Formats: sequence, structure tokens, C-alpha cells
Amino acid sequence: METVKSVDLSINNKKLKNIGFSGLQKLFKQSIVLIALFLLWEIAPRIGLVDEAFFPRFLNVLIAWWEMVKSGELFAHFSASITRSIFGFGLALLIAIPLGLLIGWYPLARDLLNPVLELFRNTAPLALLPVFMLFLGIDETSKISIILFACTWPILLNTIAAVGSVDPLLIKSARSMNISSFKLFYKVILPASVPTMFTGIRMAGSSAILILIAAEMVGAKEGLGYLITYSQYNFMIPEMYAGILTISVLGLFINYGLLSLEKRLSRWKQDPTL
Amino acid sequence: MTTVEKIRFERVTKSFAVRDANKKGVSNEYTAVQDLSFTVREGEFITLVGPSGCGKSTLLDLTGGLTTPTRGRILIDGKEIAGPGLDRGIVFQQYALFPWKTARGNIEFGLEAKGIPKREWKEKANYYLNLVGLSQFADRYPHELSGGMKQRIAIARSLAFNPDVLLMDEPYAALDAQTRESLQSELLRIWKQTKKTIIFITHSIDEAIYLGERVVVLTGGPGQVKEIVDVPLKSRDADVRSHPDFVKIRQKVWNLLHEPEYIGANI
Repeated sequence: METVKSVDLSINNKKLKNIGFSGLQKLFKQSIVLIALFLLWEIAPRIGLVDEAFFPRFLNVLIAWWEMVKSGELFAHFSASITRSIFGFGLALLIAIPLGLLIGWYPLARDLLNPVLELFRNTAPLALLPVFMLFLGIDETSKISIILFACTWPILLNTIAAVGSVDPLLIKSARSMNISSFKLFYKVILPASVPTMFTGIRMAGSSAILILIAAEMVGAKEGLGYLITYSQYNFMIPEMYAGILTISVLGLFINYGLLSLEKRLSRWKQDPTL
Repeated sequence: MTTVEKIRFERVTKSFAVRDANKKGVSNEYTAVQDLSFTVREGEFITLVGPSGCGKSTLLDLTGGLTTPTRGRILIDGKEIAGPGLDRGIVFQQYALFPWKTARGNIEFGLEAKGIPKREWKEKANYYLNLVGLSQFADRYPHELSGGMKQRIAIARSLAFNPDVLLMDEPYAALDAQTRESLQSELLRIWKQTKKTIIFITHSIDEAIYLGERVVVLTGGPGQVKEIVDVPLKSRDADVRSHPDFVKIRQKVWNLLHEPEYIGANI
């Protein structure tokens, strides 16, 4: 009893310390290079290291960004982009996860479909963009569809792999308790698959942004991809960089959101850093 | 002692198709256990010992209802085993705990499978956590527990749905010697407290004799019952292992297990 208590205390202490001093240290470590990079960006055009016409100072980019925020222009593009990616990504989740679980559960379906799925996954979605536009025009449908298409494969293939790699001993153990196939699926296969499934979901998250921007650059009337090409055509270079920065931040947020969701859902996994 | 028969193995044979190592595409029949017959009494602690490849785990899968015998049958309370059931609880060597569930959650999994109302889960889980001495670790995930603790939780999980028979497949083989010994005496205490029928598979002669009232000695390739050895030990203290009676039984089991080698060596 006594030893157990002291173990618990030491864990708590460690946690506290992490949040305090080493938390600050971590923040410093993570931001120092980034700050240096922004400084370089500011200084390089000033001292003529790069042509300011093509590479404006960081502060000018920020000012352009702020102007676009104030006028509401940026928000319009941003919300157009985020709506497309959320719809495409969300639909992909809704389709690919149940389908992947189903295919993974039936070995025959897995063996039959895997070659086709591999072929589709290895077809660059952007190569199909003209096809999508031919059929669906240049409005929202074609863009959401191509994001849906691009996101489906990594989620689907990883879900299939996840189901296939559930520890057979766990299945055996659950089966020995005489539980129904449905319960086995819902209570064992599904939770055991979450970590591998999430690898696919995060891959899909990053390809959603990539495909979105490309599709918007090719054919759209709003959106961050459109903003970038439009600014470049009209030689509004600070605005162009502001658009690029916004996309980076958007990507960061999506990845961070997915990561923290993953952490929540796989709390039970051993932290590899421990 | 009760002499009511609990489990009867009747000429149980199990064969598998295995790939031929030399000829591609050809499969051979491999017999894991052959014509195995013995009975287990109600409330008995019986241990099975044998060399690797003598079909110990096959026998356990058969008893657990996870596979069916090729020939022969296994009866529990006079009825032939039809599949897995909660009248039998299995404890595996590799614990087989669900890593996404806490110690308590794992125990509750069995309670749920049994169909016990949710309001009783907490109390029942607490009882069995206490029985294996891990009440303070109820909310830990398996990866936060040591091997011995994990196996205790696995035992608690199997006991919690109150099976008549506990099937244990080399449950202590992956543990260090000290943990193994303490879990062995703990298991004897639990057995006396719960009066379960226990079939315990091991490859350790000492473990088989220390735990079992009878030791079924199996020989390999294919697995057959060589002999069933009674263990008439009066006490099961930790130092019983050096008692002359214990040593004598150990010698006997050892000889039974090694007889085929003597024959092969023409001694």
C-alpha cells in the first residue's frame, strides 16, 4: 500500500514539473528556429539579399494579411476552402471507415478488392481532376468530389489493414467468452483498429488540403488556392504570400486537431516517448 | 473429496492439414493429439505436463470449444461440448487483456458477456480485484501493469463471470521465477476459496506437481496420455518443493517424460 502511494506521488510530481519549467523550455525549443526564420524573411529583402518585388518583407505580408482580414476578403476565401475540405473529408470518413471495416472483416472481400484499391490509391487524384471537371463542372461538386476521392483511399486501405492486423489472441480470448459476432466486432475489432485507422485519417487530412488548393488553383472563383493564383496574376505579391501563410496555418490546425483526437481515442496506448 | 465427474475426454483426436515443407502445394495431415482419454473430477486441480509439441494448447482449445475434435468427444457434466461457453474460463500465457480497457474494464468485459446487469459490475469487479490483490490498480491500463499483475487481472477476469472450470494455458511461463512462485500459491488460495475445477497446462514439472492433485503426463508427436500421477502431498507450503515426497514424484514424472529418449538411445 505504502509503495503504491509513493509511486503515484512521483508520477504527479513529474507531471507538474513538465507543465512548469520544462514546458517553457519546450516552448522555447520549438519556437526559436521559427522566429529566426521570420526574422530572416524580414531582413533578407531589406538588405537586398532577394528581390523585394518577388519576396516582400515579412511585416508587409502581415500587413497585407491584416488588410484582407479587415475587409472580410480573407474570411470569404477561407470559409469557401474550409467548407469544401470538411465536406470532402467528412464524406470520405463516412464512406471509407464502414466500408473498410466491412472489407477487412471478410477475408474474401479483402483479397478480391485489394488490388483494385491499390490501383486507385496509386492514381494521383490530381491527374483525375480534368475528368472530374468534365463530368461535374467547375462548381462545388467537382471540388468536393475530388477531395472525397483523394481522402477515401488512405482511410479505406488503413482501415482494412487495421482490421486485418488485430491480435488474433484478443479475438480468441473474446470468442472464448462466447460473445456474438456483432459484439466481437464492436467491442474488440473496432477499438483495436483505432490506432492504425488514424494513420490513414491523418494522411487523408493532409492530402485534403493539398488537393483542395490545387483544385482551387485550376478552376474556382473563391478559396485560398484561387486567392494565391489570382494575386500572382495581378502582381499582388504580399497578398499571395498572405494566402500561402494562411494555408500553412490551416494545415497545421487540421493536423493538430486530428492528432489530439487520436490521442483522446488511443489514450490506452503506451506512450512511445516513455 | 468429491468424486463427481466434471469433464471426460473420450478418445479425443485432433488432426490438422499442414503444408508439406518439401513439396509445394501438398498438404499433410498432422495429428496433434491422439486417442486422449482421461477424466477430471469436480473441484479438482489437475495439471497437464508434457514436452513442447505434445498438443497441450490444442487440448485447451478443444476444451474451450474454440475447435472441435476430429474424432472422439469431450463431455462436461455429461454433455458434449458444442462451442465456447461461459461455463469455462480461459487464462492465456500472453494474458490476452484488451489494451484499451483498464483492469476494471477488462473484468467488466466478462461480466457483460455473461449478461450480468450493469449495476452489479462495480461490486463484482471490486470483489475479484480484491481477490487477486490489485484493488489499487483498478484504473490502470494493461501497459501500466507488470507481467504478474496482468496475469492476475486475466485470472480475475476469467473468475468474474463465475465459470465452473478454469482452463489455464501455461499462464506463468512468461513470468520471472519469484513472481511465478507467488502467483502459484495465490492460485492455490483462490482455488480453495472458489472451489473451481482447474485444468492447468505447463511445461514445468515442479509447477505441475506443486499445483496439481493429479498430474497428467503427456508424450509428444502425437500427444498421448503417458500416465496420470497422483500427488498425495499433505501441505503445499513454499518449502514443500524440497520435501522427500515431492522429490520422489518429480523424479517419477521426469522419468516418464524422458523415457522415449532412453529407448531411442538403447540404454
